[in-house]
Parts: sequence; C-alpha cells; structure tokens
Amino acid sequence: MPQGLQLFPQQASTIAKHVDWLYFFLIAVTIFFATLVCVLVTFFMIRYRRGAKVDRSNPVNHSTTLELLWTGIPLVLAMVIFAWGAVLFYAIQTPGQGAMEIYVVGKQWMWKLQHPAGKKEINELHVPLGKRVRLTMTSEDVIHSFYVPAFRIKKDVLPGRYTTLWFEATKLGTFHLFCAEYCGLGHSRMIGRVVVMTPGDYEKWLSGGGNEEPLEVSGERLFQRLACATCHREDSKGRGPSLAGVFGTSVRLKSGASVVADESYIRESILEPQAKLTAGFDPVMPTFTGQLGEEGIIQLIAYIKSLARKPDSSAPPTPPTSH
Amino acid sequence: MKSHYLNEDYSVRSWLLTTDHKRIGILFLLSITLFFILGGAAAVAVRLELLTPEGDLVSAEAYNRLFTAHGVIMVFFFLIPSIPSVLGNFFIPMMIGARDLAFPRLNLLSWYLYMAGGLLGLSAIVGGGIDTGWTFYTPYSSVFANGQVILAATGVFIAGFSSILTGLNFIVTIHTMRAPGLTWFRLPLFVWAHYATSFIQVLGTPVVASVIALVGIERLFGVGLFDPALGGDPLLFQHLFWFYSHPAVYIMILPAMGVISELVTCFSRKRIFGYEFVAYSSIAIAAVGFLVWGHHMFVSGQSMYAGMVFSFLSFLVAIPSAVKTFNWTATLHKGSISFATPMIYTLGFLGLFAIGGLTGLFLACLGVDVHVHDTYFVVAHFHYIMVGGTVMAYLGGIHFWWPKMTGRLYPEFWGRLSAMVIFIGFNLTFFPQFLLGYMGMPRRYYAYPGEFQVLNVMSTAGASILGFGYLMPLCYLLWSLKYGAEAGPNPWKSVGLEWQTESPPVVQNFETTPEVTQEAYAYDAQEAEADAS
Repeated sequence: MPQGLQLFPQQASTIAKHVDWLYFFLIAVTIFFATLVCVLVTFFMIRYRRGAKVDRSNPVNHSTTLELLWTGIPLVLAMVIFAWGAVLFYAIQTPGQGAMEIYVVGKQWMWKLQHPAGKKEINELHVPLGKRVRLTMTSEDVIHSFYVPAFRIKKDVLPGRYTTLWFEATKLGTFHLFCAEYCGLGHSRMIGRVVVMTPGDYEKWLSGGGNEEPLEVSGERLFQRLACATCHREDSKGRGPSLAGVFGTSVRLKSGASVVADESYIRESILEPQAKLTAGFDPVMPTFTGQLGEEGIIQLIAYIKSLARKPDSSAPPTPPTSH
Repeated sequence: MKSHYLNEDYSVRSWLLTTDHKRIGILFLLSITLFFILGGAAAVAVRLELLTPEGDLVSAEAYNRLFTAHGVIMVFFFLIPSIPSVLGNFFIPMMIGARDLAFPRLNLLSWYLYMAGGLLGLSAIVGGGIDTGWTFYTPYSSVFANGQVILAATGVFIAGFSSILTGLNFIVTIHTMRAPGLTWFRLPLFVWAHYATSFIQVLGTPVVASVIALVGIERLFGVGLFDPALGGDPLLFQHLFWFYSHPAVYIMILPAMGVISELVTCFSRKRIFGYEFVAYSSIAIAAVGFLVWGHHMFVSGQSMYAGMVFSFLSFLVAIPSAVKTFNWTATLHKGSISFATPMIYTLGFLGLFAIGGLTGLFLACLGVDVHVHDTYFVVAHFHYIMVGGTVMAYLGGIHFWWPKMTGRLYPEFWGRLSAMVIFIGFNLTFFPQFLLGYMGMPRRYYAYPGEFQVLNVMSTAGASILGFGYLMPLCYLLWSLKYGAEAGPNPWKSVGLEWQTESPPVVQNFETTPEVTQEAYAYDAQEAEADAS
C-alpha cells in the first residue's frame, strides 16, 4: 500500500546517528562542490557567451598554483572523510565485550535465528532495548546479506564461514530486516523484521511458549551422540585435546603458529580437523562434513563455549595471548 | 560526386570484409545501438514492474532475468565498447594524422569477436535467460542459478577479446603512427584518454575472462573453486571479478572525459586549461584504478584492515577526476562560448558527472558504505557515472562528429531539445534512487515495502521521459542522413586534424599526410587569424 512520501530512515541504534552525521557532512561537501561547479559554469556561460562584448584578453591556459590548490583542497578533505569513515567502520566492526549472542543462518529464502536460551525464530528477531547484540552468521547455500536499515548495519552472510555483526537498539518498535545480497528467485521475499522490546518484555517473550532447551544442552546431547567425548575427554588424557576452557583462548598449533579458538576455528576444526591441528595431537579426527548441518554446528559451538564458562572445569579460561 | 569511404563500394561484402577503421567504427555504431535498444527495453520493463510495491507485471523469475539482461547488455555490449570502439576507432587515426590503425585486420577481428560474444549473450537471454545479475556472484552463479549461465559467460568471455584487441591496437597506433610534428604533448586529450583506457583493457580484461572461465569450470565440472561446499572460496570470485570490473568503470568514463575535453575547447574557442594535468590525470586514474577493487567488498567479510586500505586508495582515485572537472570549468573562462548540441551535452555531463563523482565519496567512505552498500544509492551513483557521464559524452561526441562521419548536419533545434529532455529525464529517474537507497531499499528487489513507492513512481516517470529523450536522436540522426544540410569539411571550425579533411573523409583519410606545427586546441591562434582577415 502506498504510504506517502518518506525521505529518511528511522534512527534506531547507537550507530545510526553517527552514520547520519557523516552522511550529512558528505551531503554538505557534495552541495558545496556541485554548487561551485554549477555556479562557475553558469556564470562563464553567460558572461563569455559568443557575441558578448567582454574582455577576453590574456586568457590563462595553465596555472600551477590553481592546479595545486584544487588538487590539495579536495585531497585534504578526502583524507578527513576517509579517517572519519574508518573510525566509524572500526566501531561498527568491533562489538566489544559482554554482548548477547544470537546465531543467524540464512538460506534461500529465509532467515533462521537462534537465541542462546533455545528460542528459535524465522524471519523475525526479538531483541531487548539498550543491550548489545552480537550476531554470528552463516549461510546454508549462497551469499546473503543481513541488513537492518534503521540500525545502519549490514554484513554479508557467507556459506562455509562465520561473519559477525553487532548492534544496540535504541528505539522500541518493529524494523525492516532485508537480505541485501542478491540470492536468486526469492531474494525480495527474504525479508523479515526486528522487534525491539523492553528488557522485561524480552525476558517474558523468551520464556513464553514452547519449552525449547538451551542451545548448549542440545549441543551437549549432540556431542555425546557423535561420540566426541571418547577422544575429547575432560581429563586431558584423550586422543584429542580437552575442550574444557578452550573457547576464547589461544591454541598452539602443530605448525607452530597459534590461533584464537573462536567460533570460526571451532567450526573449521569440526569440518576440517586437519586444517589447524592442535600441537601435541595426531591427525586422527574424522571430518564431520555432511553429518552436521549449520544448526548442529552452532549447537556444538554453544556447548563448547559453555565449557569455557564452567568454574569447575579442569583448565580455567585464560585470556587470549597476543597473536 | 566526390569519392569517400562510404560511397567507394556499396556491396555488403565490402562492409563485412572492410579493414577501414572508419567503416569498422560504423559497424560498431550500428551494433552497439542495437544492444542499447535491447538493454533499454529491459530497463523499461524493470521500471514498469517497480511502479507498484507488489510484484504484479511480470513474475519474479522474469524480473530477475530482465535486470540481468539489462546489466549484461549495457555493461559488456554497450558501455565498454561504446566510445572506444565507435568514436575511438573512427577518430584516433584521424586525430593523429594516420591512414588507419596499426593493425587493420585485427580491428576487423575485434568487431567479429564482439558480434560473436554479443550474439551468444543474446541467445542466452532469448533461450531461457540468466538471473545471476551482471556481477555473476558465486556460488549462486556457479552452482545454484538456473538458466543459460554458461552461454552468457561464454559471450562475455569472447567479447572480452574484442576489447583487448582494440586496446592493443590503440596503444601501438598511438605510439607509432603519429604524424610528423605530433609530439605526445600535442596530442588531443581524447587520444590521451584512450591511451590510458587501452592499458586497462589490455591488462584487466584477461582477469575477468579467467574468472568467468573458472565459474564455467565449477558449474560444468563441479571443480571446487568458489563454492565452500566443494572446498572453494566465494570471496575469491569477488576479488577477481572486481579487479577487472572496477577498472572497467574507467574503461567507460575515461574515453568520455576525452570527448568532453574536445567538446569544451571547441565550443568555447579556448585552449584546455592545464593540458598536462588533464592528460596525466587520465594516466593516474588508470593506474590507481587497479588498486581500489576491494571497495566493492567492505561488507563482504573481507578483513577490516583491507577495507581501510581500499577506502584510502578509493579516495585517492577521486582526486584526478575532481582535477579534470575544475580544469574543464576553468577552460570556459574568457572563452567565446556557443551552445550547439554537443556543448549542451557537455554541460549536462559536467553537472551529472559532478554528482556521480561526489556520491562516489559516500561509497568510498567505510562508515556510510556499510549502510548504503547494495541499495538503490549504489544504483543511482553508478548510473550518474555511466549514463550521466558516459552516455551524455557519447551522445555529445556522436553529435559533434556526425557531420564528419556522414557529411550531414543534424537538425540543431531537435539536438538541443534531446539533450535537455535527456538531462531532465535522467535526473528525475535517478535522483530519487539516492533517497531510496539511504532509506534502505535494497537493489534487485522485485517487490518492496509500501513506503518506497512514491519515489519509485517518480523514478519510473523519469525513465519514460529519458526513454523518449533517447528515441529523439535515433529519429533525427537517421532523418539527417537524407535530409540534413551538407556539413562541409569543418562546420565547427575545430582545429583538430580530423577536421582538416573532407566530410565524409576519403578512404585514406588525408590526401597528403598532415604536418603538425602547434599544440592541440590552438583556438586562440585561429581566432586571431580570423580577426586579422
């Protein structure tokens, strides 16, 4: 239905107003230079039109001063815009500590969203107001892109790896969620909404309806079913490294390098165990490619993450060393 | 009747086997016009579908095939060959006082390759269509898409060789076939611009040809290159694709800048302001343009720091374009400006290119690009460059050189009117898309939320004016072939070498090889001579 003329998106995240300020600055720059060129061109057109009796003596054909001036000023301005944009980009890319985790799986043509407490949603994401939310996203097929215009954030969602995105909603309400990367026939149907609720309402919503179990519980069951625990024993005497306390720490690899055990590393180690083998262990783990869907992998990751949080685990979590 | 390149032989064979760069230019003119009409028709269908938020005029499947057809045709079979293959082919030899290009038969092969690629692309579109978008992103194109991907990719692959050969031909010609006295810094800037463009064609096109071949290999044989399920890397495709396809934008815009330098000087009777800066800025754009491809991938999952480097380099490449714009503006100062159709197109170019260039800053800027990437903001921006820039300059150039190519003048009134209708229609079509983009409307959407409708209706209304504007030159230029006034050798009193011979030119271009004794655009000397006599 037509809804009248709207010219500006809502501002509903902590990032939105910063993006808008930079946008307004760029508009000011655009208006200034476009007007400058238009005014000069129009003025010259009229003043120096053929037949007009004006002084045309001593035309200037080159001026190094002018050239340097109109190379230098735009260059300085461009560097200012670059730096401003880069600082903002750093903020958009860096979620910081203590964010709430939500997993996103894109597929042709729907969004599947998974709250850690177990609640699953399709094409709809409920989040609490004023809390940082970090999305860990992957795709089951082609490239998609998670885009919430009111939050001014977007990130491509790729098959075969995780990308992340964070936001903090500042406004209650319902906002568009779009797939922004063309993904085939139903691309424009791959839309949904983000519902921002008060933290109280969000808790109520989380506990309401169905009795879904937390992700880590599903993950633990899967861990047992796939017999992961035969090798990954908690007492560090198995054929594989103990997973207690591993998540978020730096892992020494057989190659001598080290890597932070984040979601991407765990995912890779499940699907391609030999890619980055932990130092001191043999390459005996089989691949689980084909046995696990993206959602299963996410459950396992949630379980392994939960092992890092348990105070009684044999190896307490240590902060990642520099890498 | 005088003998010239058009009337020396009327047989079909004499056209299909010609090695005359002028005739090959005309062959390209006819073929790219055909593709422009087809690509334009697809655009009309796309705009009509977007009149309403619901998908109702065509099916989603048809819509996806239409915008893909529009993109593939316009980019690969119209814009890339447009100015180089038509105007460059026809006028580079004439501007440097040569008889032909260095490799005339290669030049003919270039047209045949273009036609083979174009017809394959067309058969893909007619025989089922493709729905990958002109960008062929993997793994969608290589594994998931239905349709004639292989056929279309083969078409693009083959047409690429046409582009490479044209570039190669220009480079060698400009190096070796300049008339006596025509030093590098006496060359028209049109030639400089094509020289820079040719390097992009020769160095960049093989990369896109390779990556398209790789898509074919994954699609046909299941070799895991881009699809992670097969062990591939989807971002690898984007890196290789944009390594060519970003510089390809400069293949489209540099020759347009060359045209503008010719037009702005001729119609203000002035030397160009800052000749060396304009010439070197073409080279700078071509060189730095190879290092900015990652700005298409800021939100793709590419590393944050890579994003910062590409953003920095993208801001650098904006500077030479700004320098050119200021130099063209300064050229008008103390000129004697007349407003024939090519000049109206030039002024339109200046306005639209300024907007297109400045909105490029929004996209080079990391923090803002995250929001507007893959929205209508991007669509608006690149249309301002490719249509507002390249097509305006192409049409300005066609009007300017039409008397030379055909020996006839086009009707001035209709010419000016078309330039203004196109300018107005263009802005009405694409300006609302900037607003749509910032509001968050993603591109390539078949159906959209209702709040985007008003701006979409404006855009479609503008497109109908724009379409009408494009039909006008098609009609009156054809009309002028029979009814237009005799042009004479130099209706614009231009100082360019191509005007120092008959219109249409004789087969060998010049009766005697011209000797060059002055710099390009010596309009001041010509004016002084006219005053003295």
